[in-house]
Amino acid sequence: MTEPSDRVGEVIEASTTEFVAECYELYGLPPLGSLVSVGDAADKTFGIVYHATTASVEPGRRPIARGKDEVSEEGIYKSSPQLEKLLRSEFSALVVGHGNSEAIHQFLPPKPARIHGFVYLCPSEQVKTFSRSFDFLNLLITTSLPVSVEELVAATLRQMGQAHEDKQAFLKAAGRELATLLSSDYSRLRAILGRIAPE
Amino acid sequence: MSEEKGQTLGIVVSGSVDKGVEVRLDSSASVEDMVVGRYVTIEGRQRRFFGMITDISLGVTDPQLTINPPDVTDPFLSEVLNGTATYGTIHVLPMLTIGGDVASLIEGPQPVKTVPSHFSGVSLASDADMSLVFGEEDENRFFIGNPLDMETKLCLDLPEFVKRSNGIFGKSGTGKTFLTRILLIGMLQKSQAVNLIFDMHNEYGWEGSSEEGRRKVKALKQLFPEKVAVFTLDPENSKRRGVSTDFVVRIGYDEIEPEDMVLLRQTLNITDLAVEAAYQLRRRFGRGWIQSTLDVGESEDTQELLKELNIHESTFQSLRRGLQTIGRLSFIEPHASVDAVNSLLGYLNKGMNVVLEFGRYRDITAYVLVANMLARRIYARYQEMMERSMSEDIAQPNPLVITIEEAHKFLNPEVASRAIFGTIAREMRKYNVSLLVIDQRPSGIDDEVMSQLGTKITCLLDNEKDIDSVLAGVSGKSELKSVLARLAPKQQALIFGHAVPMPVPIRTREYGSAESYKGFVGGADAGQQAKKDIEELWD
Ligand SMILES: Nc1ncnc2c1ncn2[C@@H]1O[C@H](COP(=O)(O)OP(=O)(O)OP(=O)(O)O)[C@@H](O)[C@H]1O
Ligand SMILES: [Mg+2]
Repeated sequence: MTEPSDRVGEVIEASTTEFVAECYELYGLPPLGSLVSVGDAADKTFGIVYHATTASVEPGRRPIARGKDEVSEEGIYKSSPQLEKLLRSEFSALVVGHGNSEAIHQFLPPKPARIHGFVYLCPSEQVKTFSRSFDFLNLLITTSLPVSVEELVAATLRQMGQAHEDKQAFLKAAGRELATLLSSDYSRLRAILGRIAPE
Repeated sequence: MSEEKGQTLGIVVSGSVDKGVEVRLDSSASVEDMVVGRYVTIEGRQRRFFGMITDISLGVTDPQLTINPPDVTDPFLSEVLNGTATYGTIHVLPMLTIGGDVASLIEGPQPVKTVPSHFSGVSLASDADMSLVFGEEDENRFFIGNPLDMETKLCLDLPEFVKRSNGIFGKSGTGKTFLTRILLIGMLQKSQAVNLIFDMHNEYGWEGSSEEGRRKVKALKQLFPEKVAVFTLDPENSKRRGVSTDFVVRIGYDEIEPEDMVLLRQTLNITDLAVEAAYQLRRRFGRGWIQSTLDVGESEDTQELLKELNIHESTFQSLRRGLQTIGRLSFIEPHASVDAVNSLLGYLNKGMNVVLEFGRYRDITAYVLVANMLARRIYARYQEMMERSMSEDIAQPNPLVITIEEAHKFLNPEVASRAIFGTIAREMRKYNVSLLVIDQRPSGIDDEVMSQLGTKITCLLDNEKDIDSVLAGVSGKSELKSVLARLAPKQQALIFGHAVPMPVPIRTREYGSAESYKGFVGGADAGQQAKKDIEELWD
């Protein structure tokens, strides 16, 4: 069950391994590392938000500084309402699985997501179901991305942790899975564990 | 620990028949709980394997971890890393297999000829597993101790045990004497063999002492008065110690043979030539050779005699000095009026066990001389009895087990081929006689004799040569070596060989408390009277 309010945007670019979505609201970005889905209940593609940008709608035009005479940042947007139209927020999600109400597979779907597919931020229940398995971690740590993969994995696990009542146990289990996956690369493991360890 | 299945430890990750298998521990099994010498079972696909932990080690998946160790005080980190990036492994030496099919259940455990397949599960052996392999206490099996860290009773099949000569080893103070007492009690109850014990330190017959606080411990005759006779070489000493003895042994010169001198060469510090001279003099003078040799003195005739026999004067003097040393032992007489051997055989034939106490003659000369001489003559009589029983179809003499201490004095390479104990050890009970040898320096014993010993029970040894000689020819030697080296300094022993299906380190059964005596006597077919006597002993 996905509530309409969880809809965050629409696919504007898609490939086998990732999709890019534009947000309906400027700055209405899902957090880094959050689990999003696209497609209908019969065939959902799951992605993890790994990158986001907010920039001018027209690629060649850069925004200019406008706040010299304003007292607050909010003031800028208030006095230039057209800004909301000139700027847009976009995010990229790495495909980590697909499935339907019956089963979720943590491997790549046969086809990429469709353009204009609605993108939803997965609710807690779904995050919990999805993160019962840690197979997606393998997809995450083996990709090369513009952001640090360790950073992304840590962010993902922190996000997912929120959905679990026993966050500690979840993080510990994930940590152990990572320790196995990164068995021959302790420095990467350490970078991730350092970012998910409870304070 | 009496559940059907022991605690799960981990999985097999590599290995070979020869070297044993590596087992990676689950994170739930702590390395610190693992103990070298413990038994594990491995569930292979077709059969179960039975093996022993012989080494325990720590592993890391990435050497970075050892260069840049994580902060283990952080509980999160340590819990995540434990069993994943950092893990424990145990090395297991599989020793037996138990097949899944009916046939192999009947045949019982078999020696291993293969290894369990990859990732077979490994768990600690349960008590049920142990009794499956070692058997339970019954009319043949005698409880001698517990496998390390287990409650299971380890029971030795004693009729099987006494079929061969056996050895008990261990450095001083490790529990050889205590263990021997336990075995002797077992043998006199369950082996159908009789024992003759050459008791150098007077600790098997009546009572011995224990190191802590010099507490007295009961010995065979106190516990089994009906089955044990105590012979003594030193009646005054025995009396002073309150021992009720059955026979006083005297030895005549005419009972000593040149062969006995072979063994005594070193302790008497006489030359090889002097020993040869003894043989010549024996031929010349017959049974009275010692008396004659001592009598000739320095007379003119001596020179002539020596010339005739081609014995050098200094050689002769060396021999004479040796014989004089023997003559000074007060149990030696020119001619003994009662023959100790006859009396001894009388007891043995009645099924009684005989302990010969040496009293104050605790030096090795007396011990070697008497033990060798008596054993030689008893063996000859056994030989006769066996031959007669075969030709005339009458009952064989009771199987006899002779216990000797300081065994290397009798069985070192120099004398083993010429002295009686070497013969007994090599003949594998051809004439119903076998040995129980006790020694703290097994490396001093002839290799061939060592290899003939059926079952070896060894307490802690720390000399490399001794360890090598005890473990020579055993499969999995290097692994057993580490088990042996890690035995506790007291009351633990490693048993391997003929009488056990696989090597097993044990904690020796408790001996010396009132409770323990009850256990020993209670399990016996001891007569009512004996039982009553025992009750009185600890009242
Ligand atoms: N089974 C046992 N039950 C109780 N105590 C034991 C047992 N085994 C050994 N001990 C303790 O260890 C001490 C030494 O044992 P023991 O006298 O048998 O050693 P040993 O090997 O015969 O020494 P040595 O070589 O000096 O004759 C004993 O006095 C006793 O205190
Ligand atoms: Mg002793």
